[in-house]
Amino acid sequence: MENKRLELNKNLAQMLKGGVIMDVTTPEQAKIAEAAGACAVMALERIPADIRAAGGVSRMSDPKMIKGIQEAVSIPVMAKCRIGHFVEAQILQAIEIDYIDESEVLSPADDKYHIDKTAFDVPFVCGAKDLGEALRRINEGAAMIRTKGEPGTGDVVQAVRHMRMMQSEIRRIGSMSEDELFDAAKLLQVPYDLVLYVHEHKKLPVVNFAAGGVATPADAALMMQLGAEGVFVGSGIFKSGNPEKRAAAIVKAVTNFTDAKLLAELSEDLGEAMVGINEQEIQLLMAERGK
Amino acid sequence: MQIAVLALQGAFIEHEHMLSALGVDSFEIRQLRDIQRPFDGLIIPGGESTVQGKLLRELGLFEPIRQAISAGLPVFGTCAGLLLLAKEIANDSRVHLATMDIRAVRNAYGHQLGSFDTQAAFAGIGEIPMTFIRAPYIGSVWADTQVLAEVDGKIVAARQGNQLATAFHPELTRDLRVHEYFVHMVEQHAKA
Repeated sequence: MENKRLELNKNLAQMLKGGVIMDVTTPEQAKIAEAAGACAVMALERIPADIRAAGGVSRMSDPKMIKGIQEAVSIPVMAKCRIGHFVEAQILQAIEIDYIDESEVLSPADDKYHIDKTAFDVPFVCGAKDLGEALRRINEGAAMIRTKGEPGTGDVVQAVRHMRMMQSEIRRIGSMSEDELFDAAKLLQVPYDLVLYVHEHKKLPVVNFAAGGVATPADAALMMQLGAEGVFVGSGIFKSGNPEKRAAAIVKAVTNFTDAKLLAELSEDLGEAMVGINEQEIQLLMAERGK
Repeated sequence: MQIAVLALQGAFIEHEHMLSALGVDSFEIRQLRDIQRPFDGLIIPGGESTVQGKLLRELGLFEPIRQAISAGLPVFGTCAGLLLLAKEIANDSRVHLATMDIRAVRNAYGHQLGSFDTQAAFAGIGEIPMTFIRAPYIGSVWADTQVLAEVDGKIVAARQGNQLATAFHPELTRDLRVHEYFVHMVEQHAKA
């Protein structure tokens, strides 16, 4: 039964593929996101750029606010809990959230253990910088993976780094001879079975999205061309001059991510993009949380 | 034979894998120029119907696809694909291609916790595995639409002439028989 649930949860991520998941903080924003073509929304009190600006401890959102968003839209609703905070996850499961993001964007509640996600019926998505992190989260029960990127910066460099790292490690595992996989599992600190899966299928055992710093249609298409199966956009939309237009353009860019002519059209007249911060200018690297 | 798979958003690759396992060629439709190629059948995959419906309209695919289906093109919609084909949706003011005489109920089993899999009889095939992900079901059918499968008294598969719709996802299982059924529909249409 447990495995069946995990299978159904991985299946939901398959349905999200080729789509854009948008951060929203109010029912109104959720409706804008849905109308712009979001395949799911992430309900949170403050978008990452504001979490970064506000500082302090950042926690799971008010369930009432999340329920307001669940009522406002017909597409799947996700919400974040802190790394290791299994009670926040229990609460999100109790309000029948469609996906929980055990997220480094919030302050970690546990600096050693992630949540045992196999103990839950609702699916989890987790961030990863490389193949080892991704497979460790999958081993803990994650049904979907996303790059960590560097949330709230509007700077795509870290998402690119993480996606490239994951893809190159997948290619490396894929080209190994079978007797080398045991050592690979040891070095990655993950179970052999998961390494074998990557070797045989040349992909992760779950859907893999890009996240962290995506701000433009070109950023989204870049992540898709690098191998992402879909894209999370956080601060990039509602921190920009024209959220509706930018959101719709990013959705279309993800569907036709190799058509440069169309991408050129989509990139026109989007108004101001979020200002963004370079990675050298930030104090706090969220991507370093939870390995 | 060439079967086109609508690849705007969702689980389209899974359908391509099923077709390839049956030895049938397929290609993806992502924009208008893709439908200039000849094809004998169309699959509309699972995903989000709101996203696919919007992109169909904005990419100029809506009218040509609707007309092709009305003119007899064999089409197979799963989950969101079923919603795109439905003439009526009980709990959504917006309908999409609206070519099939069915009344669908969207997110009929609730949130993800309501997703499930089961086995049930499919007319002309027998018992098959069925995976429901935030699925719709069909509340009612009319005209010459035939019911092909029911689960717990709810209609989960139907056919009307050239149109086949399932609320579940055969492409998420290893059972090729529903795809085989559709390929047979395409063959019959090509002969006629």
